[in-house]
Amino acid sequence: MTPSEHNQPLRLVTQPNEEIDRSQRVTFTWNGKTYTGYQGDTIVSALYAAGERVFSRSMKYHSPRGVLTGTLHDPGTILQVDDEPNVRGAHRLIEEGMNVTSQNTWPSLKYDVRAVNQLGARFLGPGFYYKTFMKPDFLRPAYQRVLRGFVHGGKVSKNRPEETYEKRYAHTDVLVAGGGPAGMEAALAAAASGASVMLVEEDHQLGGHLRWADGQLARELRAQVTANPNITVYTNTTVAARYDDNWLAVVQRSPEPGMGERLIKTRARSLVVAAGLLERPYVFEGNDLPGVLLSTAARRLINLYSVRPGGRAVVVTANPEGDAAVEDLRRAGVEVVAVVDARQGDTVVRATGRGRVQSVELSTGQKIAADLLVTAVGWTAPTSLLNMSGDKPYYEPQAARFLPGGTEEGVYAAGGISGDGTVAQLRDHGAAVGARAAAHALAQRSLKIASAPTVSGQTEAPTTENLPEVQPLPVPQHPELFRSSTHGFVDYSEDITSSDLQAAVAEGYDSAELVKRFTTVTMGPLQGKIELVNFIAVVAEATGKTIAETGTTTWRPMYAPVTLGALAGQKYDPIRYSSIQTWHEAHGAKPMIAGQWIRPEHYGDPQAEVRRVRDGVGIIDVSPLGKIDLRGPDVPKLLNLLYTNKWSKLGIGKVRYGVMVSEDGVVMDDGVTARLDEDHYLMTTTTGGAGRVWDWIEEWLQTFHPEWQVNATPVSTAYTSINIAGPHARTLLSRLTDVDVSAEAFKYMEVRTGTVAGVENSILWRIGFTGELSYEIHVPAAYGLHVWETLLEVGQDLGVGPFGIEAQRILRLETGHLIVGQDTDGLTQGYSAGLEWAIKLDKDDFVGKPELAWQQQNQTGMRLVAVQPVDTHVVPDEASQILFGNGTIAGRITSARLSPTLGRSICLAQVEQSLAEPGTMVTIRQIDGTMIQGKVMEGLTAVDKEGTRLDNDSQPEARVEVGEPIGRSPVRVGDAKTLLAGWEVSAQPAAGPLTIQDQSVMTKLEVRSSFTGSTAEKLHASFGRTHRSQDGTLVIGSGPGQWYILGEPGSQQTMLNALQHMADSANELTTVVDLTHGRALFRITGDEAAALLNKLCSLELSDDIVPDGSALRSSVAGVVTDIIRDDVDGALSYLVHCERSSGQYLWDTLLDAGAEYRLAEVGYTMAYAN
Amino acid sequence: MMQINCPWCGLRNATEFKQHGEKPPRPDVANATREQWADYLYFRNNTWGVVKEQWFHSSGCRQFFMLHRDTFANKAIRSEGDVR
Repeated sequence: MTPSEHNQPLRLVTQPNEEIDRSQRVTFTWNGKTYTGYQGDTIVSALYAAGERVFSRSMKYHSPRGVLTGTLHDPGTILQVDDEPNVRGAHRLIEEGMNVTSQNTWPSLKYDVRAVNQLGARFLGPGFYYKTFMKPDFLRPAYQRVLRGFVHGGKVSKNRPEETYEKRYAHTDVLVAGGGPAGMEAALAAAASGASVMLVEEDHQLGGHLRWADGQLARELRAQVTANPNITVYTNTTVAARYDDNWLAVVQRSPEPGMGERLIKTRARSLVVAAGLLERPYVFEGNDLPGVLLSTAARRLINLYSVRPGGRAVVVTANPEGDAAVEDLRRAGVEVVAVVDARQGDTVVRATGRGRVQSVELSTGQKIAADLLVTAVGWTAPTSLLNMSGDKPYYEPQAARFLPGGTEEGVYAAGGISGDGTVAQLRDHGAAVGARAAAHALAQRSLKIASAPTVSGQTEAPTTENLPEVQPLPVPQHPELFRSSTHGFVDYSEDITSSDLQAAVAEGYDSAELVKRFTTVTMGPLQGKIELVNFIAVVAEATGKTIAETGTTTWRPMYAPVTLGALAGQKYDPIRYSSIQTWHEAHGAKPMIAGQWIRPEHYGDPQAEVRRVRDGVGIIDVSPLGKIDLRGPDVPKLLNLLYTNKWSKLGIGKVRYGVMVSEDGVVMDDGVTARLDEDHYLMTTTTGGAGRVWDWIEEWLQTFHPEWQVNATPVSTAYTSINIAGPHARTLLSRLTDVDVSAEAFKYMEVRTGTVAGVENSILWRIGFTGELSYEIHVPAAYGLHVWETLLEVGQDLGVGPFGIEAQRILRLETGHLIVGQDTDGLTQGYSAGLEWAIKLDKDDFVGKPELAWQQQNQTGMRLVAVQPVDTHVVPDEASQILFGNGTIAGRITSARLSPTLGRSICLAQVEQSLAEPGTMVTIRQIDGTMIQGKVMEGLTAVDKEGTRLDNDSQPEARVEVGEPIGRSPVRVGDAKTLLAGWEVSAQPAAGPLTIQDQSVMTKLEVRSSFTGSTAEKLHASFGRTHRSQDGTLVIGSGPGQWYILGEPGSQQTMLNALQHMADSANELTTVVDLTHGRALFRITGDEAAALLNKLCSLELSDDIVPDGSALRSSVAGVVTDIIRDDVDGALSYLVHCERSSGQYLWDTLLDAGAEYRLAEVGYTMAYAN
Repeated sequence: MMQINCPWCGLRNATEFKQHGEKPPRPDVANATREQWADYLYFRNNTWGVVKEQWFHSSGCRQFFMLHRDTFANKAIRSEGDVR
């Protein structure tokens, strides 16, 4: 069949360089009518072939608009495709069954009633909306409603099918933006130097202007580029932004079926900007009529899509490309009725016609009937990426365009963007720039390798002295052609004409920046790409200045539109779970988000949970509590420095409460710390403060007292923490532990270690956050669920049950214990928190001491008091205000609950000191504005002021036989499972090209010592490297003076003994902590393992930077994770490990990210080398 | 995004670090006046140019180090303590 039989009357016979596949017909609809095109057609080329000319209505005047540039940056061809608005129709390829519609036209594209705006054009001048729709104020909502109907844009459907948006990281030596002749040559030259290259092209094909100017050469270069193993080509992809140190936002459009866009966060050592040139429109009356085409648009239609752009054409040409367009048009069978040579001073004055070009009037006065007006009057250099790199382009009158001004080393302009020349000159320039970019990149690469602890030995830095000289391209010669003698559109997207701009200048907006803001010129979808220079030229003309004086506006990210999905989509928010989470889920716990943790708020009835603790016994999962293991002879000095109270005389087995303030005296954290052994302490922190306190300890140790011998290891998730509270707490615990829990043997504020429910190495504290007799037990985390379930089982007769955070909050409020961050804020100094008893100003020094001394001396700040509302039933909202008699604010309620024990509402409040006296009546303004009265109480405690409930005369009972503890990994095991060293492990037989294995069952010990010394020597693994010792254990140099040692499951005791022996004989402080329960450990094996990690982690994992035996730590999907390259029988393999509670999240995230590589779970086998 | 050369780990993305800013010396606690303490807590030179700041490689080696950074160009110039 001939093309016309498919209703494509303007389709030409096969053209030599066409990019359509005539064997693949594609059917789609346009405004409800069916059309046929070929594979490779854009929406616009297919419709154009069928004779369509009008694709949209303009924003303000709703005048018909057609093809102008025929590219991604075509203002008049923005369309709706199915549910997707604002699709660039001259760029998007057609697909079978697509429903394409025009946007913002009513009732139809052909008859748009809002075109009446054209009649009022003289009233719709710049600033019309600002001036007209401001007053009176009360009408503004009405204005908004009406104007919203005029908004230009497509429709977003609420039923839009789900699409994924993806992010990943990439690293490259050289990134070349632009796949024209210069870009391809730059890529080839860089690749030839051994550099890795990413070649990014906005269009669907490499080739740039060669695609229509010299198809043969385009194909040759394309073949060379795609065959080069060092070059990765990305088409239909935009380098949307460049940030510091060549951090590039590379956006791939429709990279895979079902995926909207993919954002590749790329770090390039060198950036080559070979963006070519954009053709500039000419400003004259009627320049927006359908049928007015840029010469490149006509040539694309003819050569790439084999479409005849029209019947009778007038061509205005000022350059050889325009002359070539004349040739192309003639070849395509268009009758070129006039060639207006602008170099000779001739030009076009106006185009007229109803809805499309019908007649063209020239400066000679001649009027010519034509349906096509092709202009070739100049170029704009799209210097966006250069601007974002600090380049200040300058205007060159001789070239009639801006030229790059130059950037720092590492960013290079190549090809037409930087000058003029033949294709051969452009190619040479590209190649020279590419070689220079590669030389810089490779020098940077060797610096990076030299700085990486993962690479041992010295690397040879390549010499940078013989960098190739880049010969600059000649400065182009081009007549300055911006506006004819008539006025026309400067900004097609925003409907801004040259007369609008002149009017703005006449109103006093005499600089380009002001005119831009007043008129919104260049603020439309094209962001100035085709409008900017004409805009500057028109303002220059109107102000009587030169273009160089008028300047330019700064190009900012993004270069091309990026969907919100690509920017916002796929966010990694780590979630942390306790070892008991599965039980909580199965027993109706209401989940509560506390920082990254998911915790049980309650199990149905928090008030009943409170009564259970007061009357019987309850247990609560407090695993998120921060816990830091502190070892070394100088721990008391550290505690004395960081806490406000005294720690020198804390005996072994004793526990003390402490408060930390910052140097400004503001309360930052609190908790209890126990002395477990001579030089061994365990500190607890608030849940939210765990990370902050760890950083705080490290900061003071590293920067203030590096001579102190203290090793700090966070063990928060190495233990599952359970608080057993209530009158029967002793009875319950005694049934399960070998520790003597009698009142005489185990007193309040003491600590013991022993066995709980068969679990060894458990730590038991007797403390009382809830105000009841209570024990907090910390058991190795893999056994947490076992202990929890055993407690519930053996305590049935005591009425034991779980309680959640809400009950705990009520209990502590009844007891008068403050929560840092709830009852204090960022201004609450120590004395304002009611902590006089915990502040010892007679210490020589502690953090924040001077501030607290001044606070005490001057009696400044608010005071924390207990308040009880007079009306016992009213529980004021937290943050309700407390008022002075005159109505000014005197404080606020910080905590408020209904106390089930007292049957009344109780509160804590921060109040001005004048109201802090017990017995003072205060006015509380609730959030709804109502006032209630409350009374300030004596002390903070509402229930059991004497503390009699903290102990009772219950006696321990005999131990109960319980089952063997079962260890559990942080990752839930599927149905296929087996027992190994007392742990449930997966026996999943699956295998595939890429596997992930949960190895959390392995023994994991941490050694801390100095960076150099006897321990470092004995362990044989320097920082950043691993060492496989003869007994098969893997020693990992994880941090400076920090090692992880991995061994077979169940070998803790043997390994601990051996390492402890080493530690004891070391010359420097060396400590060993068992983190088997504190870390999740996975192994990922397969060729795509690095690619998988780079979806979640920004590290560069190439062989020369991260060879086998490397150890690194970074963030993986938002979790601080150790990454160890430990190849298995020559296959690429990584161990990844993180703290335990993030294990399930990291596992799930890795599996999800690995789906594209067919990542499969494989069960654990004893030989961890697999 | 700026890259920072951690003296221990080498070149890493700035998001792996926490910036602690300029670190004036801690005054003698026993004799510090309120003015000296306020200077220590709150007053920074805020130089337009090269500043020396304390940074913490919180997602990496967890070491504190001093970094010379150009606040005008937002570029990390060099870090102190070539440890390896």
